[in-house]
Order: sequence, then structure tokens, then C-alpha cells
Amino acid sequence: MIDKIVPSVDAALADVRDGSTVLVGGFGGAGVPAELIDALIAQGAKDLTIVNNNAGNGEVGVAALLKAGRVRKIVCSYPRLADGYVFEALYRAGKVELELVPQGTLSERMRAAGAGIGAFYTPTGYGTYLAKGKETRKIDGKGYVLEHPLRGDVALVKAERGDRWGNLVYRKSARNFGPTMASAAKCTIAQVYEIVELGALDPECIVTPGIFVTRVVKVPRKEGGNRIPAGGVTRGISGRAAV
Amino acid sequence: MSYTKLTRDELARRIAQDIPEGAYVNLGIGMPTLVGNHLPKDREIFLHSENGILGMGPAPAPGEEDADLINAGKEPVTLLTGGAYFHHTDSFAMMRGGHLDIAVLGAFQVSVTGDLANWSTGEPGAIPAVGGAMDLAVGAKSVWVMMEHLTKRGESKIVARCTYPLTGIGVVKRVYTDLAVIDITSHGLVASRLVAGLSFDELQRLTGVPLLPSGARAAA
Repeated sequence: MIDKIVPSVDAALADVRDGSTVLVGGFGGAGVPAELIDALIAQGAKDLTIVNNNAGNGEVGVAALLKAGRVRKIVCSYPRLADGYVFEALYRAGKVELELVPQGTLSERMRAAGAGIGAFYTPTGYGTYLAKGKETRKIDGKGYVLEHPLRGDVALVKAERGDRWGNLVYRKSARNFGPTMASAAKCTIAQVYEIVELGALDPECIVTPGIFVTRVVKVPRKEGGNRIPAGGVTRGISGRAAV
Repeated sequence: MSYTKLTRDELARRIAQDIPEGAYVNLGIGMPTLVGNHLPKDREIFLHSENGILGMGPAPAPGEEDADLINAGKEPVTLLTGGAYFHHTDSFAMMRGGHLDIAVLGAFQVSVTGDLANWSTGEPGAIPAVGGAMDLAVGAKSVWVMMEHLTKRGESKIVARCTYPLTGIGVVKRVYTDLAVIDITSHGLVASRLVAGLSFDELQRLTGVPLLPSGARAAA
């Protein structure tokens, strides 16, 4: 019997090695696999390359991983956040490397990795600083930049619901990078709030089919569910979760 | 003669009035977000958010915020009936693939040939951050810029050549400023809808790069 469900976040991350490239889902506070990131800090792997849309906020999530000194390099589109002081200090001290990638290119590079594409030409960034040193080409009169796939050793993804075959569904805009990252890593670990019986997810509506998922782990819902705490619209987002 | 600049809300209303029924539209972070507050109620307009939303609605009532439903600026939003969620790669395919009709973006500078500079001031030591700006700039069928005409120091933000780092080359079709609307055409920059009391000559003096009065285009 195939059962991708593991009993704990610690068990899910036990074999993450030093020097790994880790794809971490989430955009702002939505879709951040917070429990898996905490477990990665506890697990102790270091010299990591982290791929995330941002570079951490406050001192939680990716910022906590940075603060713990585990990150060698960040690949992201938007490292400048209101509370991004942990990254900022490390970056200015030359202690973390930054590869800045336009957001759509970041996503498409992971899609390419998951889809077996060798490289692709994108119009995004053509003629700009972010295309410096990259191969370019005119196709039908329009300028394009050659971009390469971005593979993960591990992907950490937050979904709403999963089953023992690894099929996943998400919730609202928390889906963001999850499905693409799930396809782009050798080992994809999904944290879910609910594990359901096989067949309970409507096959027409499964967003990430289990072939892209290695492990599923259930985490408890936070107190208050998805409600943003009163008076905490900004704090709630930039505080706990905005990785 | 004296003139009064448009307020941000007046400018947002002007842009919103120009968005046709049925348009798929992305409103950039910052000032362009205001356009959403002024969309004509009698038109169905689809707002796209880069983090995977089509049919994005206004901010929720206090207490109704949902941490899983936010816009590109990370603020809580709602979904209109008929709206859809999708993942990032699909969302950027919509942007890059030319499926969006209009993107309204802020800018530091726009050049006479439609080059856009809106992601970095190039300040030494600043942490670079680009987000989805470059994808939006190259992808939407029409890129409209919403910005103040002049910097705080009174310099024109419409320039012969951008001095700030570029976001995209030759991508801007139209600039809405607090003084006028400037269309970027193959004939040059065409100015229309000047604020009341502002003469074409005065706008030309403030702008620095050559402008054509609207109507001249037909004559040209």
C-alpha cells in the first residue's frame, strides 16, 4: 500500500542535507509552509540555497532560517519588505548571496525544471540590468533572454488538503508557487491541514497530482483559522508569515 | 493662467473611466491600486492579481479578512462571484503571454519611446527588488503609466532617455499624469486632456521633451 503520509514535520525533513537547494512556497503571508520551515531550522541543515518569492520578514519563516545562519544564497524576486531587516543585515555584511529574478521568470524557471525543458527564451527583462551577461536573441523582431531551469533538491509546500497518494488541493491565493515548486524538486514535502481518504478529493479538481509529491504531513490549524487577527491586518501579514 | 493638478483620486477616476467593459486589467502596486476604487459600477471589468486571482474584488469588511486571500501588495481582498484562483506560473503566462488588456503601472520615468523605469532608483547600496514589474511591462497589450508629471524637484518624469534602471524597452503606450494624458505614438508624444487652466505651451515648458497637441496627429 502506498502511503506518503509521514507522522511529523521532523520525520518529513529528516534527510535534508547540507548544501541543498530548497524551494519554499508562499507569497506574502499566503501559502507559507511555516511549520516545515520551523522544522528545517530544528533539523539543522546548513549552507542552503533558498528559493522563495521574498527573503523573509520579521524573525519567522525564511527570516528565522537566515538568522540561524543556515542560508548561503537566496533566489527571489522581491527581498525588500517592510520588516526584512534580517536579510538586509546579512546581505550588507556579505554573508548571504542574492540572485534577483523577475517573478514570472522565477516561476517559469521552476516550471521548466519540472517539465524537462532545457532552457527557454523570455521577453521579460530584455535590455535591463537583470539580463546582463545573459544570452539574448531576437525572435520575429522581439528581444528575448535565455533562462535556465531552477531545480530544487527539496520543495516545501503548503496545501489545504491531501490524501495518501499525495494528491493536493489548495486554498484561495495560498496556492501561488505551490504546484510549480512541487513539480520542480527531487523531494516534495507538502504540509496540509487535512488528510482525506483516497477518492475524497474530486479527481476533476485535484490541483497537484500525487506524482509530484513525495511526502504529506498534517499540521494543526492555527488558532482563529485563516482570520487575520483584529487590528493585525498589516502585522498579521508582515509578521508571522510574510516570507 | 493658473491651474490645479489632479489629485491622486481624480487621476485614478480618469483612468478607471477609460477602462472598457470586459477588459482584463492588472493594477500595479502603489498608486495604480486606487484605480480599483473608481471602476464604473455598470461595467464588468476583470481585475487580475499576479498571485493567482482573476475577478479580484474590493477590500473585505473589517473582520472578514482572510489570510489566504491577498493581492500583490499583500493586502486582504475579496473574490467576485465568477472569479478564479490559479497558480503563479499560469498567472504569469496570463501576463507575459499577452492575455491582459491593460496594465496600469507606476513609474519613476518614461522615455519618449516608451521605455519604462519603475523598479529601481539605482541608488548605490539599495537592496534590489523587482517582483512582477518586468513581466507586466512586457506582457500586457497596453501598458498605461500613472504618475505625477514632475518629480518633487520639478523635473519632468517624461524624459528623452531614462536615467534610472529600465524595467522594459518601448513598452508604454500611454501616460496619465496629474497634468495631462500623453500618448506615445510613432509620430511622437501626443498630449491631451490638459488640466483646466494649463496651456499647451506651459505643459511643453514643464515637460522638456517635444510634445504634440492632440489633433496635430491627424494633421501630421
